[in-house]
Amino acid sequence: MNSLLQLRGISKIYPAVVANDRIDLDIAPGEIHAILGENGAGKSTLMKLIYGVSQPDEGNITWQGKPVVIKSPAQARNLGIGMVFQHFSLFESLSVAQNISLAVKGSIKHLSEQVEAVGEEFGLPLSADTLVHSLSVGERQRVEIIRCLLQQPKLLIMDEPTSVLPPQGVQQLFNTLRKLRDTGCSILYISHKLEEIRQLCDKATILRSGKVVATARPGEHSNEELAHLMIGRTIAPPEHAPAEPASEQALSVTQLAYEPDDPFGTRLKDINLQVYPGEIVGIAGVSGNGQNELMRLISGEEMLTKQDTGDIFIGSQKSNTLTATQRRTLGLGFVPEERLGRGAVPDLSLSFNGLLTAYRHGLTRFGMIRHKKVRAFADECIAQNDVRCGGNQSVAASLSGGNLQKFIVGREIALAPSLFVLSQPTWGLDVGAASNIRKALLQLRDNGAAILVVSEELEELFEISDRLHVIYDGYLSPSLNARSATATQIGRWMTGEFSNAGEVA
Amino acid sequence: MLDSVIFLLASTLAAATPLLFAAVGEAVVEKTGVLNLSIEGMMAIGAATGFVVATLSGSYVQGFAMAAIASALLSAVFAGLVLTFLANQVAAGLAIGILGLGLSVLIGKEFEGTTIIPLQDLDLGTLSELPFIGPVLFSHDVMVYVGMATVIVCWWVLSHTRLGLIIRAVGESPSAAATIGYPVLLIRLLAIVFGGAMAGLGGAYLTLAYTPLWAEGLVAGRGWIVVALVVFGMWRPLRIAIGAYLFGAVSLLELFIQGQGYAIPSQLMSAMPYIITITVLAVISRNPRLIRLNHPASLGQTYNKSA
Repeated sequence: MNSLLQLRGISKIYPAVVANDRIDLDIAPGEIHAILGENGAGKSTLMKLIYGVSQPDEGNITWQGKPVVIKSPAQARNLGIGMVFQHFSLFESLSVAQNISLAVKGSIKHLSEQVEAVGEEFGLPLSADTLVHSLSVGERQRVEIIRCLLQQPKLLIMDEPTSVLPPQGVQQLFNTLRKLRDTGCSILYISHKLEEIRQLCDKATILRSGKVVATARPGEHSNEELAHLMIGRTIAPPEHAPAEPASEQALSVTQLAYEPDDPFGTRLKDINLQVYPGEIVGIAGVSGNGQNELMRLISGEEMLTKQDTGDIFIGSQKSNTLTATQRRTLGLGFVPEERLGRGAVPDLSLSFNGLLTAYRHGLTRFGMIRHKKVRAFADECIAQNDVRCGGNQSVAASLSGGNLQKFIVGREIALAPSLFVLSQPTWGLDVGAASNIRKALLQLRDNGAAILVVSEELEELFEISDRLHVIYDGYLSPSLNARSATATQIGRWMTGEFSNAGEVA
Repeated sequence: MLDSVIFLLASTLAAATPLLFAAVGEAVVEKTGVLNLSIEGMMAIGAATGFVVATLSGSYVQGFAMAAIASALLSAVFAGLVLTFLANQVAAGLAIGILGLGLSVLIGKEFEGTTIIPLQDLDLGTLSELPFIGPVLFSHDVMVYVGMATVIVCWWVLSHTRLGLIIRAVGESPSAAATIGYPVLLIRLLAIVFGGAMAGLGGAYLTLAYTPLWAEGLVAGRGWIVVALVVFGMWRPLRIAIGAYLFGAVSLLELFIQGQGYAIPSQLMSAMPYIITITVLAVISRNPRLIRLNHPASLGQTYNKSA
């Protein structure tokens, strides 16, 4: 059988690293083909080569039996290759149809009809004249997919598409992708989520350190086998002994109602939340349901104003209007969702980024910076957390997202917070790195810290949480015991079906 | 009294025209995400070049055309700095603005203090003879109407055409626009050059029609008012036009009020346009929703193609 796309001996060498080393890849028409690998294994580089964003240094690409050199994304699209990026290339102030018209020829009116028709055919309901900024992340992904589909691709590349979806959304996406495959379109599916790949993909090519280490039929292997192929060693899921929470709460949010300044923010309504030392509390929910607002109120980036009601206590200290710095002196550690810009200053070195939150811990004296100590602190964070970078003077923006996250989480953990609040702690991290962060959190919990985790990855929350809340449209559900809760129930709550549920745990 | 009102309104249109050109041009530039603060200097270059060329050739058309070209060239230097060498837009804009002011003095050196016959008002026949409306609306030189037309064309292009969509997309997220396949740098370059040409026309209007003479420093801060007007107008040409006319009117109030015999210190009246600009800007920035919907999200940020 003829391949749709064939790669032979593809190499891409960057100054510091061989990103792709003699890669061979065959994609048949009408198959869903997974590219599986850890962060830094070379998946993204390979996709960029196929989509024409950059060009290989060696090797040949054959498309539908003919040798091709793909020089630009535009050329790739003309060949029939479409790509849905992990970070969407959408414009928030434009409508869905306008966004699509920037990439697809046709009048707005005609495109609007097509958007709705294609949406219906593939189970991606969408209203064409909505402005993108008011869409949820899942809906934005639909826009991206539809935009690709309208160009009638023969090959659709999807980069980590489920990292932003709730469980139902994942199944819905899979249905869409299967329908698409049945129309004869091939799909190249990049992921590090093994379970998804086993469910969805016909074939998998596994990359490690830029090389193809195996090709497999994922359905015929267990998660453990695939993980072993992918990282070259076995990782055990973290031990998760039942929590032994203390009775004195570390964080208490009572009857909080809050109106955000941002007109597109979510209003918080009657939020009640307690976190005790020695437990991990998870908040599940699709992004944009108030997580961001709640996190900012807890971290002190936003304060309650007179028109808001309710209280936030850190320990026994009422913290409604305390600044972020004051809250940190009460023992709060915080890891925001955006790594660059909120978690770290992009243009500063890792040393100085360490100093930013750790300055109170002996890194300054009489207001002067103690450079030696600052560097030592950064070195320790780097070594402890296996941060791959060019040393403590590397600029934060030069690290990959996963490595920077390891540094930020490591920095906060090193400060031994008594209350640790994290938003999407392992977003975009590979299995190994994510597992390390989760272990570190459990370790911190066993040492008596109170931990609050907001995440969209249910598996993660089940893995580490002791109690689970769900947030929907600014309402927070009652908490559930994470050990007895089921994914189905949480999934239902994520669509708001908890309004009548009683307190369960 | 009625005569003074007619005079005030009619003069407003003329006073606003230089601002109109420059502000609408700058709005297009900023919509692509580039903040060009050199308008004062570009208007000065346009004013000097237009005056010199029109004086020497006796042709207003050549005067305006060369003014536009000269300012466009200066803005192309700015474009080179910010697009190719990734210079900070604010710093580059200020530097180019100062360069423009200096060059304008050089260009106009031999003509300092000389005058020119101003651009003649159009004769619109019976329209011009209508009571009240005639003198207010239909007794102006051609550039007043060209200015209005420019506003309408820019508004239409930005809000109703594919080109406008592309401009807005580039200004909101250059990296996303590049991903889809648009030549971000080229689009920004063209916008900057267009903005430069418009500032040049605005400047030339000052010396060829509004105050028909050349003197150093004749632009007198209008370039900065333009920067403020763009924000005041929320990057929307029609609102910018309203702002320009409002500003034109306020700047003429001084004469009007003195003419009516009120004893308000003239310094205070001269400061009014600036005070009002500051007040209005402060009020507007209190409406985050409006800003978020119209503000080009990448404004002022250096876009590095390879990163």
